[in-house]
Amino acid sequence: MAGRRLSEIAKTIRSKNAGVDKITFDVIFPDRATYDRVRATDVLSVAAICRIFGVSAAQITDHVEFDPALAIKFTMYRRMSSGSPGDADIFGSQQYGPLLDIEVPES
Amino acid sequence: MPASIQHGRSADRSLRIVCPNGHLGFAPIKVGSFHIGCRCEPDLICADSGSCDVGPVPLGADISSSPLQWQVDDLEEMLLASRRLGVPMIVGSAGDTGTNSRVDLFVGIIRELAHKHGLARFRIGYFYSEVEREALRRRIVAGTSVAGLDGRPPLDLATLDATERVVAMAGIHPYIKLLDQGADVIIGGRSSDCAIFAAPAIRRGFPRALAYFYGKVLECASFCAEPYAGKESVLGEITMDDVKITALLPEQRCTVASVAGHAMYERANPFFEHFLGGHIDMGECRYEQYDERTVRLTGPRYVPASELRVKLEGAGKIGERYVGIIGVRDPYTIANIDLVIAWARQQVAERFGNSGYEVHFTVYGRDGILGEREPLRATPAHEVGVIVQGVASTKEVAEEVCMIATRQMFYARLPQVKGTAGGVAFLLDEVMRASPAYRWTLNHTMQIDDPLELFPTFLTEAGA
Repeated sequence: MAGRRLSEIAKTIRSKNAGVDKITFDVIFPDRATYDRVRATDVLSVAAICRIFGVSAAQITDHVEFDPALAIKFTMYRRMSSGSPGDADIFGSQQYGPLLDIEVPES
Repeated sequence: MPASIQHGRSADRSLRIVCPNGHLGFAPIKVGSFHIGCRCEPDLICADSGSCDVGPVPLGADISSSPLQWQVDDLEEMLLASRRLGVPMIVGSAGDTGTNSRVDLFVGIIRELAHKHGLARFRIGYFYSEVEREALRRRIVAGTSVAGLDGRPPLDLATLDATERVVAMAGIHPYIKLLDQGADVIIGGRSSDCAIFAAPAIRRGFPRALAYFYGKVLECASFCAEPYAGKESVLGEITMDDVKITALLPEQRCTVASVAGHAMYERANPFFEHFLGGHIDMGECRYEQYDERTVRLTGPRYVPASELRVKLEGAGKIGERYVGIIGVRDPYTIANIDLVIAWARQQVAERFGNSGYEVHFTVYGRDGILGEREPLRATPAHEVGVIVQGVASTKEVAEEVCMIATRQMFYARLPQVKGTAGGVAFLLDEVMRASPAYRWTLNHTMQIDDPLELFPTFLTEAGA
């Protein structure tokens, strides 16, 4: 069955520095049903994130479901600390791009 | 004026703070909602001015990341309101970094504004947050660990020697001390965002758990409201039982979703907020819609730390920096851009060897922003842009490194290339001097005995 893209069903998909050595990602859903539906899949599991970004699980420092915000949130180490020469995203604010096209299977 | 505010305070005993800006000086305060906030009987006007988001350059070079006039304008709005209403004003982490020079800068601005507007005499309290490198050296030599955060190893002497400047992250303590001494305006060195707001609340006897949570939700101003609109003011009210936060811009509301969404913003984990002296656990927090534009918060837990550990931020200079810009349109060259880069690197190495400089290539259109984490890097765009950075201890070498690396991409030797009159397109036939390159050398903690020991406080006066 055809799925929908995460960008079509999430309210907010963003990334941002969490301190100088990590970037945190927030995927926030518009309602409880959508939040529950995505949680029930593994499209944002640690394994899926590692596959998408090509990182090892050891790079993922936090991965939580945050009910009050209807959000799935995870945090990973940066490739280099923010603003070092060679870092092209000092605020960490454009790292979420690869999440937009994630296919979420119909339940 | 929001309906909830027309109805007055929600408890006999409460403390109201207007927060006009989540990073004072970085982008100007939108004054409309701030003026609404000033009509809501605030007990204080508080804003954070710092962030490590701006990267290591401002701390390392001891500069601000924004024009002086923006800082003056924001401080002027806050100061005039504070003096007119007769309520204290607190600014934390002055001038992005909270270094001593930024605190002095802000104190000087306050004095000049007082003179300009002929304000009646008032007291300015301020404190410093810089840590002497020698003090850290003594600790390392004595075998006392300066522990790394976020996977960093303990601080060693080589890293310390490569560090230009270090600030410590203050808690509530210097703010409470200065309020006790009667400061009308406080300019803080580097501090935890939430401490700026928690300090006056804790000083008035409100529960610590709620007070820190109050600071946590207020510190980014309108980022906790929706729809998205930066630099607008919000109003917070703390009672003995809860925290309430109200959007002040007529078009904005605080909702459960917006406030909870903000609670996890730019934090690795939404359940814990750490500061000097402990942390709050927000795992059991409740968020309720209190009225149309206000959210009520309850349930945070305060967990005191078993030992006082202060966070340290430090930046060190790597070298002078030049930047070059090229573009590529030939699909064969794009497909082989890594060979072009390798050629350019090799030409730099033939001139300068393999050490004593850095050269970085950022390939926009392929993986410029994510680097090797880019899942689509195997399918670059029909044209790509490459930003070349050359870094070395002198500007002459940095310029030459950058020039060789940029220009030699033009001469890269690809066997099948059709275009033999130049392999890349130049936007400019030059390389440009950029800010020196710095890096974060310290993201560490160390044990202290007294929460005030790194944060000397001072009182002075301004106005006539």
